[in-house]
Amino acid sequence: MAYLEVRGVAKSFGKRKLLDGLSLEVEQGECVVVFGPSGCGKTVLLRIIAGVLEPDQGEVWIGGKSVADVGPEARGVAMAFQNFALYPHMDAFENIASPLRARNRPEEEVKQRVHEIASLLRIDHVLDHLPKQLSNGQKQRTSLARSLVHGPSVLMLDDPLRNVDAKIRYEMRLELPRVFRKFHSTVLYVTQDYKEALALGDRIGVLMDGHFEQVDTPVAIYGNPNNRRVASLFGDPPINLFPIRPERGSDGAVHAQIGGQRVALGPRAAELAGRDCVLGVRPEDVAFGFEPGEGGIPVELAAVTPFNVRTVTLLKASDATEILASRPEDNSLAAARGHRKGWARIDLDRALFFDAASGARL
Amino acid sequence: MNKGLLRRAIRGVLLLVVVFFFLFPMFWVLLMSFQTNQDILRTPPSLTFTPTISNYVALISGEIQTSVGTLPVYYMKNLWNSAFLSACAVALSLALGVPAAYAFARFKFRLGEDIAFTLLSFRFAPPILVLLPLQLYFQDIGLYDTYLGLVWVYQLITLPLILWIVRGYFEDISPDIEHAYRLDGHSWFKSMWKIAIPLARPGIAAAGLLAFIFAWNSFIFALVLGSSDVQPVTVGSLAFMTASGIQYGTIAASLVLSVIPTLVLALYTQRYLVEGLSLGAVKG
Repeated sequence: MAYLEVRGVAKSFGKRKLLDGLSLEVEQGECVVVFGPSGCGKTVLLRIIAGVLEPDQGEVWIGGKSVADVGPEARGVAMAFQNFALYPHMDAFENIASPLRARNRPEEEVKQRVHEIASLLRIDHVLDHLPKQLSNGQKQRTSLARSLVHGPSVLMLDDPLRNVDAKIRYEMRLELPRVFRKFHSTVLYVTQDYKEALALGDRIGVLMDGHFEQVDTPVAIYGNPNNRRVASLFGDPPINLFPIRPERGSDGAVHAQIGGQRVALGPRAAELAGRDCVLGVRPEDVAFGFEPGEGGIPVELAAVTPFNVRTVTLLKASDATEILASRPEDNSLAAARGHRKGWARIDLDRALFFDAASGARL
Repeated sequence: MNKGLLRRAIRGVLLLVVVFFFLFPMFWVLLMSFQTNQDILRTPPSLTFTPTISNYVALISGEIQTSVGTLPVYYMKNLWNSAFLSACAVALSLALGVPAAYAFARFKFRLGEDIAFTLLSFRFAPPILVLLPLQLYFQDIGLYDTYLGLVWVYQLITLPLILWIVRGYFEDISPDIEHAYRLDGHSWFKSMWKIAIPLARPGIAAAGLLAFIFAWNSFIFALVLGSSDVQPVTVGSLAFMTASGIQYGTIAASLVLSVIPTLVLALYTQRYLVEGLSLGAVKG
């Protein structure tokens, strides 16, 4: 049995059904990232687990026990709020010490543990400041320190990096896994940033339309998405989606028109002949070159965006289909800026096929 | 440039008019309190007079010298009654109203809005409406002419005021701050006591001050439901309309004295009033 279980939770606000029979299992010591577009109910889910909101239906189990009748203070759950929710009339030290005070720890221990966590998060020099005197990054760390200080069994972080600047976000993204490991907490991490999700999650739960579309490892979510919507949520630049209708040719192989060019789809598409599909291709699986070759789609180089490590190119096929391709940064394309003709080749072994109507993976 | 100057000048003049309108009566009362009745009733009125503190002496010593002899007054007792009644009424209202306001702000319960509105509606009805039956009841159950009875009816004035003002302040505090405190492991009672009430302190101070002023200025309840033993200054000042005429100087002096306690309280409470509500802990 998983340490934290959410069983068939439903929650409506007025007529709006935000969570609809949602279930999730998180093992002890595991970090699951809850990922989804804004307003999809991520925060509501955390609040239901925390016990500050009651579900209309369903139950939350923590450590093998239903916590339906347990108040938020007794669930052993800590949470860092997106808006920090620091106590404005207490200094940073007292903010962080609050969970220890609630447990009546001796003053010596409180001091020691607050200083320990504060130096880990590098806020030990501002412990005597009131929240209003802290920068956003310091507020965020104070809020995080408060949720970690007593070693909670379940730690929930509600988009903690949203309100901090890019530099701190980057630092914290590297630092947090270390912190999680140190405390061996079961972590639920909410974010809207797919990079954060991929960087921090042992598993990622993609929350859409009130339930998890897919809960899987970052590698699987990215490379093996259940459906088209999950595929398009992850990746920057986003996945290329081509509506296609594969046909069986006279030679028995399955072909489709992509960008005005007949492309052989390979054995994986054998079953798809005559069916409307969407072909999903990650930009890194599109090769662009100036030499024609087998399976090449004639394209025009429309734009080149260097992303430091990778270069993203926008290609236009003869029928105006736009194809995004990304490749390791090199200088050969920088010179090629401008409307140059070339060829795009799709790595069909790595392409994804979705049903045109439902978006489900085929 | 000239336009701006003109505007500033006009604004200054208008402000002066307003200040004059509001402050001149107080200034005049202050002057009157240092004049004898003869000086006050001179025609035409004059700004020159020989100041006297006889009015204050009369109030404090409890004897007024009138043309028909010496009259006893209970002004100091009345002043004490005012302070005692108002303070008790506000204290009781705070003790009852602040937790109630918290409940109305934080919990949704059956008939919650109706109850809150009913409490507010006490302020709509003229007091005279309930006074007559109240007087009969009070005499029956022995509350007539007691501090307890007056503090009780003063709740009609102070409780709705405190309840509604403080409720608004509680609603302005982000519930997340209290949720965070609960999740730290504190009970809901502690989250009210340690988080909500300290953060709503400016609102509680404002409501308490306002309620105190309303209670201090109330007149009709004490007039009907008490005798001079428990009556506040508002009622007590009626004694200065004597058989031998109205003692304007004494009334003015009593007004000046009766303003002092609320003024001191307002000055003291001011620092809580200006204290920022949300001190920047929650990002908007």
